[in-house]
Amino acid sequence: MEVKDANSALLSNYEVFQLLTDLKEQRKESGKNKHSSGQQNLNTITYEFVKFISQTPCRAGSPMQDSIPGLQDHDLSRRQAEKLQLLNHRPMTAVEIQLMVEESEERLTEEQIEALLHTVTSILPAGPEAEQKKNTDDVAMDEEDPA
Amino acid sequence: MFVLVEMVDTVRIPPWQFERKLNDSIAEELNKKLANKVVYNVGLCICLFDITKLEDAYVFPGDGASHTKVHFRYVVFHPFLDEILIGKIKGCSPEGVHVSLGFFDDILIPPESLQQPAKFDEAEQVWVWEYETEEGAHDLYMDTGEEIRFRVVDESFVDTSPTGPSSAEATSSSEELPKKEAPYTLMGSISEPGLGLLSWWTSS
Repeated sequence: MEVKDANSALLSNYEVFQLLTDLKEQRKESGKNKHSSGQQNLNTITYEFVKFISQTPCRAGSPMQDSIPGLQDHDLSRRQAEKLQLLNHRPMTAVEIQLMVEESEERLTEEQIEALLHTVTSILPAGPEAEQKKNTDDVAMDEEDPA
Repeated sequence: MFVLVEMVDTVRIPPWQFERKLNDSIAEELNKKLANKVVYNVGLCICLFDITKLEDAYVFPGDGASHTKVHFRYVVFHPFLDEILIGKIKGCSPEGVHVSLGFFDDILIPPESLQQPAKFDEAEQVWVWEYETEEGAHDLYMDTGEEIRFRVVDESFVDTSPTGPSSAEATSSSEELPKKEAPYTLMGSISEPGLGLLSWWTSS
């Protein structure tokens, strides 16, 4: 076996989730015929991954990276990695943005961070767990930074 | 945290699968071979993404199976350096905090990368962040099962492919096998504001 390109594209958690659930459906439809033996590894990883992903906000579905309007305004579009992390984590607090965006203090003003948070919460559907958190967030914001 | 990896491999399809579509058989064979396995210096393989090219299939003398060279793309778990991930604490030990993502377990946050000052509670076998406030130090425990946000700072691949018997001593000590090494290990860090247990940063 030969690896031609170890990093040909980045995938968001949601895309992988969708791929695996589609695959699962497909295999269910085709039935348990004699050919599908020996797929235990695939079953294991599918089960474990779906279990993991259902605890994160991204299983709620999301548009593709390029279709997020507003990110361009924030000078983030050129950095794939940062965008991907925004998609996967759906940050809801400024301190999370600071973690995911390199040198955020120099690149983003406080207003821009606020706007970015707003973009993320308005465009990307949040998980059910996140919905509850939202209410307590305003309180938490003030006590965020113990440093 | 997931990447697409382009690979080329020759897939052997046994004759009793000839009645099926070649693509289906190949997809199944590739998933059988790679899913949930670590490829050295590539990452943990999840599942087949697509087949980009099929070359001509050959039947060799003495073997009824067909051999097809396949160009395909595979979904691989391989977080980039500095990526932020959220996992669950699997346990603490003097070497640091062990974190699991559910499908991937070999993540270690060494003591020097914890929030400082940190100490290891021998009695409870748990790491504690002695967070200092004006009213004195608060002990923040990193209990098993808690959700934790961390940054990936390093990765290491170990070649675990079997080696041939090297010498006579190998056979004599075969009963006590060496500790099974993880083929792919991630090193994490939580020594930044915002990193650590989710509960540290969301509520008071």
